[in-house]
Formats: sequence, structure tokens, C-alpha cells
Amino acid sequence: MNGHVTIRLASERVNHCVASSNELPRFYTPGEVISGMQDFMRGHGTYVEDDCIKSSVAGVMQKVNKLICVRPLKSRYVGEIGDVVVGRVLEVQQKRWKIETNSRLDSILQLSSVNLPGGELRRRSAEDEQMMRKHLQEGDLISAEVQSVFSDGSLSLHTRSLKYGKLSQGVLMKVFPSLIKRRKNHFHNLPCGIAIIIGNNGFIWMSPMQRNVIIGENKDEIQNYEHQPINKSDREIMARLKNCVAALVAAKMMLDDSSIMFAYEESLRYDDVKELLDPEVMLDIAFLTQHRLNSIMEE
Amino acid sequence: MPPPDLLSSQGLRLDGRRPNELRRIRCKLGVFTQPDGSAYLEQGNTKVLAAVYGPHQAAKSKSSVEGVVVNCQYSMATFSTGERKNRPRGDRKSQEMSLHLRQALTAAIKTELYPRSQIDIYIEVLQADGGAYCASVNAATLALVDAGVPLRAYACACSASMAWRGAQPEPLLDVGHVEEAAGGVVLTVASLPSTGSIALLELSHRLHSDYFEMVLSRAMQGCKDIEIVLDKAVREHLAEGWTKQDVVTI
Repeated sequence: MNGHVTIRLASERVNHCVASSNELPRFYTPGEVISGMQDFMRGHGTYVEDDCIKSSVAGVMQKVNKLICVRPLKSRYVGEIGDVVVGRVLEVQQKRWKIETNSRLDSILQLSSVNLPGGELRRRSAEDEQMMRKHLQEGDLISAEVQSVFSDGSLSLHTRSLKYGKLSQGVLMKVFPSLIKRRKNHFHNLPCGIAIIIGNNGFIWMSPMQRNVIIGENKDEIQNYEHQPINKSDREIMARLKNCVAALVAAKMMLDDSSIMFAYEESLRYDDVKELLDPEVMLDIAFLTQHRLNSIMEE
Repeated sequence: MPPPDLLSSQGLRLDGRRPNELRRIRCKLGVFTQPDGSAYLEQGNTKVLAAVYGPHQAAKSKSSVEGVVVNCQYSMATFSTGERKNRPRGDRKSQEMSLHLRQALTAAIKTELYPRSQIDIYIEVLQADGGAYCASVNAATLALVDAGVPLRAYACACSASMAWRGAQPEPLLDVGHVEEAAGGVVLTVASLPSTGSIALLELSHRLHSDYFEMVLSRAMQGCKDIEIVLDKAVREHLAEGWTKQDVVTI
């Protein structure tokens, strides 16, 4: 090994904060009294004690009419119906799969809420139950949509659309769910030739864009496509994107297609992908991205 | 009765502190990226790391419908004490510490919110210079706040001891290793200072009941002081990690 290793002093650590901290909101911390009980309802992150509403997490207060909530800086993913999530299969059970989605409880994917090969209107037989493991195995990654939320907070997923389903080759990144910006669309084909799924649960999936696959082609060819090696330039772009997302996360900036794309474009001034892991470079990219986002906001 | 030389004639302690003075507390939230929450806390020379995972799906055997299962693991690094330790965790002392930590933290966490879930709290003592339990509770509280776990209030722990200044009894706050080793009584309190409730109380030796109230009130005062320090650290962390985009949703 003769690679360069840099070990820096703790005092030389880079502060990744890029946000211009001109005015800070009022923060609430656990046990702090928010207001009296009269006229208000308690929401998430609060509790009632001695006729007062108190905060139970550290974060920013949100008020909707009479409802008071406190939202923490980061927490586990709290699912809402219609969210796009990326998850990993943990277990194959009777008629359903257990999926890990960074949620408080494991999510469930029913056999009846997946599209099995061979058309939408198909009856599910006992054979299908036996073939479940062939369809999705333990450890497989899938993209899915939240269909419903059970009373205990666990999620029921579905993949009944062609855009959802098993993910084959690509890069998975895990970030805090609170950094994901809610958008109409969470599937993006970036101009650099990479398809990206920004899961609401903080799982980000990057894969090469599927170019020449025509749906309805025979199944073997699609299978083959999944196992085709990905060329080096695509891999490099994915690695670069991954490092860009890491830079944005370190600066605690919100993630959506535009911020990721801006960061990618700014990162092109550094030739070597691994340079992007340097803390100063990460800060530089985050700063330039923030600048571009600000200039767009002003327009 | 402890040896009288814990306090000098000027009323200062062996490390130069006043009887009601805490050791310097330095802390930082979010030191790791992998766990849901983490914190580092220094109390004098006692240094502790805490990591929180969860709430996540509980193992089937532990799962309870009443509330979240809190799982603690206390471990001391082999290099943390003067004499090198053989077993960092799993010995009797660590197991007892884990149970005590669980008791104090379960009192603070709003367990009823999350049925069928589990929270894992891992404590690693990097350097033990007295009051390792107190530092562990304080670090774990910070890590729980960082993880966004709902708490009733901050859980703080502090220790207190007894000394004599002339003929006057004088309780000592936040006992260090030297004072612990001198053989005096050590009272450890874990409490929720903002509500005034006590989550755990432990006395290492016998203490005359005439002095108990005095030592306890000093330890409680220490918990209140620690809460202020922790609250300040949390607010600083929030100000640093707060993203401007959040305003849009308000």
C-alpha cells in the first residue's frame, strides 16, 4: 500500500455548515413547556402533563390551526400513504414479504399487491405462493409505494406499477429521511445517464438508465440485461453522484433531483472521483450548490 | 466516617474544586453516522461514547405490546482504567451497570408510544475517572435526543459524597476517582430534574440518616446543573444542523 493517507487533527476538522444562519427559529427541547392546555391540541412530539403541553423531542414547533407538533431534526422514517420507498427484503413468509424500510417496524408487501409476470388480471394460485422466493428473495432490493399504514404504524407496500419492483444493479445510499424533499416525482432520469430513485425513507438508489428495454419483449432478454456488466464510465458517474450526495448530506442540505444535479455539475471541476471525499472539497461542492439553489430561488 | 482530608483548610477539594462544583462537562451530539443517534460526553477525565439504534422491530421473544423494549449494553474499554481490564463487557459489574442504565432511561423514554419496538443503547467508557455511571446516563440522554426518541424530560445523573470541614458536614458534588477511592460514601442519583422525580438512587456505603437529606439535595442540585449544560449542547446542535428549507413547511 502506498496510497496517500491523510489523518488530520481534530482541531482542523471542517465545519460542514453552509446555511446562512441569520435567523434561527425557536427550538424546543424535551420537557420544555410549550403552552397551556387551553385552546390547543397536542400532536406528535408533544405530551400533556400538569395541564401544560410539553415537548418530548428536540426540534422546531409546527402549528396547524389548534394542533401543535414538534418535529425532531432526525428520526426514523414515518410513512405516509403514497410515499415512494426503497427497501430490502428481510423474510419470505406465507403470502407476504417482510421489508426493511428504515421504519420503526418492518413493512409488509402482500403477495396480492405485487404484479406477477404475465399480466395484471391473473388469479393467484397456490403455485404462486410456492414461487414467492423465486420472485423476491431475502436480501433483494425493491422500490415500492406505501399503500396503507396500519394502526400500529407499520407500513403496507405495493408494487402494482411498472415503475416499481425489484432493483438489479446499482448503488444504494442511506441518508436521514428528514433530508429528503417531498416531491411529486421521486423517479428521475438525470442528464448524466443515471436513473435515480430518491426514496422518502432516506434510501437513494442509483442505477444506469435502462436504454433499450422494450416492455413486452421476451423475458429471457430482460433477465440477461439485468446481468450485463455495466461499463466503466457509468460506474464512475455513479460513484461521483454518490460522493456528491454524501457532500450534500454532510452539509445537511435537502435532497431532490435539482440539488443532486447541481452538485454533480459542480463536482465536474474535480477530475478524480475520489478527490470528492476530501472534507474541503465536499464543503466546496455543498457551498456552490447552495449558491446555485439560492440564485434560482431569487429568480 | 470518611477521612477528613478530602477538603483542605480553605475548603477546596483534592482536585481544586469547591464542594458544590461540577467537573467540566464537554459534549457533542451526532458523532457517528451509522446509528440513529449518538453522543460523546466528557465529565472531567471520564469520557463516554453512546450510540442509540431504533426504535426498530423487536425480536419476537422480547416483543411487548405495552411499550418499547429498552436494551442497554454498558462496556468499558480495556484501556479505560489504570489497570488494564480483561473483559470489556459481560462481567458482573457491567451487567449491573446495564440494568441500572436501563432503569434510569426507561423512566425518561415515553415507552408507551411504540409497542412491538425496541431501542438499543450502547455505552462505551473510554476513560473511567469516577462517576462512569453518571456520565453514561448523561451521554445516553444526549444520544436519545439526537435519535429523535420522545422523552418526558432529560434524564441526568450525578453523584455526591460526604466530607467534613472542621466539625461541619459538607457534601461533595460529582465525585472523582480519587475521592471515590478514599473510601467515603458515594450517593448516585439518576433523576428527571425538570419534574423532580428520581429514577435511580444508589448508596455505596452506610450513611447516617441525619446527613442523607443534605447529600441527596446536593446531588439533585447537581442533576439540575447538568441538565442546563445538556440543554445548551442540544440547542447548539439544533442550530448547527437546522436546514433552512424547514421553514417552508411551517
